[in-house]
Amino acid sequence: MNEIFSTAWPDYDPGRYFCELTRHRADAGPVPEWLAERLTRIGLPALQARAALAETELIDLGITFTVYSDATAIDRILPFDCIPRILTHDEWDLLERACIQRVTALNLFLGDIYGPGNIVKDGIIPAELVYGNANYRPEMKDFPVPHGTYVHVCGIDIIRDEFGDFRVLEDNARTPSGVSYVIENRHLMLRTFPDLMAGIRLRPVDDYGRRLRAAMTEIAPGGLDDPQVVLLSPGIYNSAYFEHVFLAREMGVPLVQGQDLIVENDRVYMRTINGLRPVHTIYRRLNDDFLDPAVFRPESMLGVRGLIGAWKAGNVAIANAVGTGVADDKAVYAYMPRIIKYFLGEEPLIQNVQTNICREAEGLQYTLDNLDKLVTKPVGESGGYGITIGPRASKEELATARASLLADPDNWISQPLIGLSVAPTLGEDGIGPRHLDLRPFIVTGKDSWVLPGGLTRVAMKRGSLIVNSSQGGGSKDTWVLADRFAETAP
Amino acid sequence: MRFDNTLLARDAEGLFWMARYLERVENLARLIDVAQSFESPGHEAEAWFGLIRINADEKNFAKRGFSPDADHVKRFYLLDGGNPSSVPANIEGARTNARTLRPLMSTEMWRQINVFHRFISHITPEDLEGDSLSRLCTALKDGVQAHTGITEGTLYRDQGWYFYQMGRVIERADQTTRMLDIKYTTILPRDGEAKRVAELTQWNAVLRGAAAYHAFKRNMRANFLAEDVVEFLLRDPSSPRSVMLCVRRVEAYLDDLRRIYGLSRSHEALEAAELLREILTEKPISHILATGLHDYLDVVQIHLQLLAGAIGRAFFRDWRPEKPSQSQGQSQGESQGPGAAGGKTEALA
Repeated sequence: MNEIFSTAWPDYDPGRYFCELTRHRADAGPVPEWLAERLTRIGLPALQARAALAETELIDLGITFTVYSDATAIDRILPFDCIPRILTHDEWDLLERACIQRVTALNLFLGDIYGPGNIVKDGIIPAELVYGNANYRPEMKDFPVPHGTYVHVCGIDIIRDEFGDFRVLEDNARTPSGVSYVIENRHLMLRTFPDLMAGIRLRPVDDYGRRLRAAMTEIAPGGLDDPQVVLLSPGIYNSAYFEHVFLAREMGVPLVQGQDLIVENDRVYMRTINGLRPVHTIYRRLNDDFLDPAVFRPESMLGVRGLIGAWKAGNVAIANAVGTGVADDKAVYAYMPRIIKYFLGEEPLIQNVQTNICREAEGLQYTLDNLDKLVTKPVGESGGYGITIGPRASKEELATARASLLADPDNWISQPLIGLSVAPTLGEDGIGPRHLDLRPFIVTGKDSWVLPGGLTRVAMKRGSLIVNSSQGGGSKDTWVLADRFAETAP
Repeated sequence: MRFDNTLLARDAEGLFWMARYLERVENLARLIDVAQSFESPGHEAEAWFGLIRINADEKNFAKRGFSPDADHVKRFYLLDGGNPSSVPANIEGARTNARTLRPLMSTEMWRQINVFHRFISHITPEDLEGDSLSRLCTALKDGVQAHTGITEGTLYRDQGWYFYQMGRVIERADQTTRMLDIKYTTILPRDGEAKRVAELTQWNAVLRGAAAYHAFKRNMRANFLAEDVVEFLLRDPSSPRSVMLCVRRVEAYLDDLRRIYGLSRSHEALEAAELLREILTEKPISHILATGLHDYLDVVQIHLQLLAGAIGRAFFRDWRPEKPSQSQGQSQGESQGPGAAGGKTEALA
């Protein structure tokens, strides 16, 4: 660490982890040092006071998510850390290209497996993993989607290891959430910490709503100029409801629930004060299962009867398409490098984390032999549930994990424990290193566009590797530097 | 400029009810203020139980385990979230609606409701004691009035605004009838000078509660009678909380919705409003007092409910353009009227 950082934070020690602020990156220029100096000038007590005010602001504005446990639902804010995470110009350039590469491959993969299935015939991926996958939707077979786009909104979880290399941890191709925090965090920073940002040119994050609306327009049936787009939400009890509101507002489209929509003669309408009005594109924040009780779960009250029929009749567009879950499955994830190579003829710009597939005898044996060194994850879960971190687990926890693995090996993968990168984060006892990840968001209609930055999730607890909001994680504003500083700077 | 009728029926209903719930919070604070001023030594419980009677909450009050004394009534309305007519339940209802309406509301509106909701959830039993109670009522009125002001200055005035306004004035009219009613639930000295003074004090409290005291004094004879107060709160064309003014506002809003937005299904609701206006004016107040104000106010409340129901049937319910074979007499008349769907473009041209 250079002198400015050790003067500013004499006790700050990222240990063996890559620090997103204090590690020298040539093209970051003087920005990290400026940030450290400005934080020092504000001083710890003032920082903490301002951080508290910022959190009050989030509560007042109802920028909250709902946590469900044991039949209770509590509105919580996503803890906000006021020290931003900085991505340099060149880092972002790589991340952006890697995200587009990955989404392009995901869409080609989905088009293939719901079409000719060449990738399976060519033996790149086991047939069972695709067609036997719980998230494979036979209804989608041979049903073409506009521009070949299945995954209109994608969130890709990317981590950084001890060497500073980015790695993809997970693809989220169903209904990824979190993008609202990217934009709200920036607004909050601008209001409460304008002095931290002064004079630093950042890539803006305000274009998301317009881009999303444009993509929804591009996929509308019949090439309508000004189609009626709606956002379909499960309603106020959904944990991501705030985000649904946010996106409907940013797009300027109605926020509807299943009860507001009706299908007649394979056309979708919404119930307005003046009768039924046609709907052309639905950005749905509802899982496949709940979309249409006539096709999927018959008991679902959240969806719209006949919606899938209207879709297959070509009268409405649905984003994301049905059946994308087969592509972001944790088991299919292991094949993503090969999928990218197969469809694009390229190496992945950002590699996967090495993954052992427990449905394969070899992977299972390796995992069982090294349970205490590996992270085991159930393939069908999200939100960080069901994960066992071997090196940090008790004997009992390891025994439980072993039993679960043996009971249903197909349901598990394992990965080595990656030392996630850290960044200075404000805690009760001062500024210390906390682990974090990054979820960039990619919007695809005809083409793909990546929101500069993305959601930086940070484990607020010292030493914790779990960044999920449902498990005590927070977030940081993610700065993408607009300027590429010269090698000689500062 | 587009005048799309893309307001969801559910959102129109949400706006209508959000306004009603908030108006109830303000009026409960007003009623509690009035009830407090009705307290007379030895008769505290009667004055407070009047609140229960005018809200027809007797059953619910007993069911929730309360007994008819002053403290319990205050708690029932200010602390008991399980009582659907309490301040906490009403702010909860307003906020739940506000959550679904977020895309239509200004950030300022949402923020204020959120903060106000938190304020109400922090009311403690100590806040109901002594002089704290009056301060609490003032704070509750202030909260709703801040909401009203923010709404006036920030809510976009499309169809949604009209439904919000209709909810507000219908609820306000209903609450004004209750304000009048509370006077009739209280015990007065038998007769003579003591009775006259007590009556005067109580009518003044009702007028203050309805924010009509000064305007009433300016407009009425010095030696006013009970019927003057009743007439003012029921029929005055300019007092913002008079029932007549509120009903006229509803008619004007329905008319605007028809003229500007081509929403022609307001026929039944307009008829209900017209009938209500007739009920308000057809008989002299002295006759109403002689035959029983309480029963008369009940009739007015029932017709306010009918009016709200007619608005609901026209705009909020699960309806679709009726096929000719299904149409009822009234919708036929509507489709022939000048405000029918075809008239929309003309109104906008």
